[in-house]
Amino acid sequence: MKFKTLAAAAALAVIGAGAVVAADEPQVVRQEMMKKVGGAMGALAGIAKGEKPYDAEIVKASLTTMGEVAKAFPEQFPPGSETGHETEASPKIWEQMDDFKAHAAKLGTDAEAVLASLPADQAGVAAALGTIGKNCGGCHEVYRVKK
Amino acid sequence: MALKKLIGGIVVLGAIGAGAFLFITKPERLPAETWLAAGEPDLANGERIFHAGGCSSCHAAPGAADDQKTVLTGGLALKSPFGTFYAPNISPDETAGIGAWTLAQFGDAMKRGTGKNGEHLYPSFPYASYARMTVKDVGDLYGYLKTLPKSANVAPEHDLPFPFNIRLSLGGWKFLYLNDAPRVTLASADEVVRHGQYLVEGPGHCGECHTPRDVLGGLKVDQWLAGGPNPEGEGRIPNITPAEGGFGGWSAGDIVNYLETGFTPDFDSVGGAMVSVQKNMAQLPKEDREAIAAYLKAIPAH
Repeated sequence: MKFKTLAAAAALAVIGAGAVVAADEPQVVRQEMMKKVGGAMGALAGIAKGEKPYDAEIVKASLTTMGEVAKAFPEQFPPGSETGHETEASPKIWEQMDDFKAHAAKLGTDAEAVLASLPADQAGVAAALGTIGKNCGGCHEVYRVKK
Repeated sequence: MALKKLIGGIVVLGAIGAGAFLFITKPERLPAETWLAAGEPDLANGERIFHAGGCSSCHAAPGAADDQKTVLTGGLALKSPFGTFYAPNISPDETAGIGAWTLAQFGDAMKRGTGKNGEHLYPSFPYASYARMTVKDVGDLYGYLKTLPKSANVAPEHDLPFPFNIRLSLGGWKFLYLNDAPRVTLASADEVVRHGQYLVEGPGHCGECHTPRDVLGGLKVDQWLAGGPNPEGEGRIPNITPAEGGFGGWSAGDIVNYLETGFTPDFDSVGGAMVSVQKNMAQLPKEDREAIAAYLKAIPAH
C-alpha cells in the first residue's frame, strides 16, 4: 500500500515536472498567447454577431489582450525553438524576422487604435473586428504551417 | 534470320503501340459548336466564377495587394514533386496573355487541358477539375477575363526535369485521370447539395489540394477530400470530410462562417494558401457558401 502511494506520488511528480518544463518552452508560451488572442476574438465576435450583449468592459479587456500579446509575441521565437512541441511556426519566421515583427506590430497598432476610440455598440465592434481580424489570416498566410 | 524477323516484328509492334498511344492520348478539342451554347457572356456570373475558381490566387502577381488581384500577370512559382511550374499570364494582353485566344481555345484549355497551339497543358492548371464546369460558366468567365487589365509581363517557362518536361507523356496522364464524372456518388442529394458539388468538384477545384495524390500525381478519389501532405511544400492540408473528431464537428453554419470570415469555430484563423481561397469565397453570394457547406456535410467521411 505504502509502496503504491509512493509510486503514484513519484509518477505525479515526474508528470508535474514535465509540465513545468514544457510550460516554459517558447513554443508552448506562444501557442498559449495565440489561444488568448483567439479567445479575445471570440468574445468580440459574440458581441458583433449579437449573440452576446454589448459590454464595454469585455471589449476593452479583449482589445487590451490583443495589444499586449502583439507586443510580446515576436519575442517568443528564439533560435532553437524552430521545431518541437507541435509548433506550427513556419521557417520563414526566422528567415524574415523583421517582416514577421512588422506583422505582429500591425496587430498591436490596430488593437490600440480601436481601444483609443472604444466602439460603443454592436455595429462598432463588428467594424473593428473586420479591421483587426485581417491581421490573423494576413500573418498566418505566410508564417504558419499546419501540421 | 529468325532473330532478325523477331526483332523486326518487335520494332513494328512497338511502332504500332507508340502510334496507338499517341492516337489515343493526343490533345483533344471539343467540337466547335459546343461553344455556341455559351451565348452572350453574363459578366456578373463571370466574375462570380472567377472568384469560385480562384483564378487570381495563382495568376495574379506573387504577393499582389488585394486591389491588384485582377491583374493576371502570372509568374507565381508552384513547387511540386515534379518540378517548378510557373503560372502563365492570362490577362487579355494579345501577346503576353490570352487576349488573342478564341472562346473555343480557352474552353479547350479549361475543360480538356489543351493549349492554344494544340499542346497538352500540365495539370498544375486544374483542368481535371474544371472539366466539370458548364459551357455557360466557361463562356461567362471568358467574357469577364476580357474586361480585366492587360499585363505585358512574360512569365517564366516551367522548370521541370526529365521526363516530366515531355508534354507528350501528359496524354497518358489525361487518359488515366481526366474525366468529368462526379467525384462522389451522393444518394439523396437535394438541389443545394448538388450545387455545392458543382462548385467544389468543378470551378472550386478544392480536391486538387484537399485530396491526396498517387505517385503519378493523380488524385486518389477513394480518399476524396481526406487531406494529405501539402503538394506545395511543408505541412499538411486538412481533411474536410465529416470525420468524427475532426471536421465532422463543424456545423454547416460553421463552414459558411469560416468561408466568409476566415475564422474557425474556436477562433483560430485561416492560414497558408487557404487565405487567398477564403478571400475569394467571401466574395461569392451567400447561397454559394451555403451550398459548399451542405455538400461537405453530405460526402463520405474518411
